[in-house]
Amino acid sequence: MAEELQEVLAPYPVERRYLLRILQGVQQKMGYISEEALEGVASHLKISPAEVYGVATFYNQFRFIPYGKHHIVACLGTACHAMGGQLILDAFERELDIKAGGITPDHGWSLDRVGCIGCCTKAPVVVINDVIHAKMSPFKVEEVLAGLGLEMRKEKEEEEAGEGESQ
Amino acid sequence: MAEKGYVEITIDGQTVQAQEGEKILWAALDAGIEIPHLCAIREAHPPLGTCRLCFVEVEGEGVVASCVEPVREGMVVHTDGERAKTLRRRAMELLLADHDLECKTCVKEGNCEFLQMAISMKVKKPKNLHPFPREELPVDDSHPLIIFDPNKCIRCGKCVWVCREKAELVPFDFVYKGYDMRLTTFLSRPLGETNCTGCGECVEVCPVAALYFRKA
Repeated sequence: MAEELQEVLAPYPVERRYLLRILQGVQQKMGYISEEALEGVASHLKISPAEVYGVATFYNQFRFIPYGKHHIVACLGTACHAMGGQLILDAFERELDIKAGGITPDHGWSLDRVGCIGCCTKAPVVVINDVIHAKMSPFKVEEVLAGLGLEMRKEKEEEEAGEGESQ
Repeated sequence: MAEKGYVEITIDGQTVQAQEGEKILWAALDAGIEIPHLCAIREAHPPLGTCRLCFVEVEGEGVVASCVEPVREGMVVHTDGERAKTLRRRAMELLLADHDLECKTCVKEGNCEFLQMAISMKVKKPKNLHPFPREELPVDDSHPLIIFDPNKCIRCGKCVWVCREKAELVPFDFVYKGYDMRLTTFLSRPLGETNCTGCGECVEVCPVAALYFRKA
């Protein structure tokens, strides 16, 4: 982690104008910008961590939590929104028990919402691990998640809980 | 014609001499002409320009923020133009609509710059403006000297400016943007855990009770 960060930082001179490019580099390398990375960037550029945090949070392109094993993007562009995209997002939030922009505690699933991904004729659309799922419905949400192993995980937990009780 | 390095402008019919490059607001205030303002700091370059209370009308140019617009030779400024006045009032209404105005329980007890400005502008909290409800944020009293109440903040940015002048590494800054923009420390950690020395410069400039000294 620290080594990866140093790799990103090394080519940049200590000038605050490189802040955005460094943040972009960090995100590209690690998929997200961690707290340690924010502090590392601040100490490299000799500027306040609060300022780095301010700049990073200003831009929507930066994310501060890692991607889950399965990354889900629910489209809420105009067409998807009109076709009930919000219901789809709600269904994911309910099933995974996380909010949009969140990640499950085991890092298995992360959920995001986006403006438009450009295939409006297939609305409402969801992208999971770069695969487009067209004409979604709340029912299909369960189906898709089960296909990716969510139900199995739940059953396993139930089994474990059951075993715990019997002991 | 004005002396070298100075320009002559007219504000509300009064001829005023101002240093070249000076902003209209300071030229007016120096001449004893009042223009409402909250965020203005004379030494701040570029000016903060966040409160939007100092609009004036310039003939041939329209409405400008007087803390940002530099004086030019022959400029004719009206501080009481209808359009400028409407915009100033609206800006104050928007600030008031988003402020709790619990002055009775506030540490500044209504003696803050913000309320005084609202009173002098004769603007009351508007009843027809309903801002999106804001999440009540915890008051940060972790610092031995300074207490930070983010709920009172009007986001003028004066505290950040003075802190940046004084401290090498500012302990707080604005995060997020638009309606979500707010003042906070790195990762919203308690102020007491930052490098804040408690010099109190920010408290001195805060026009509300967002930053105030702990009572002994």
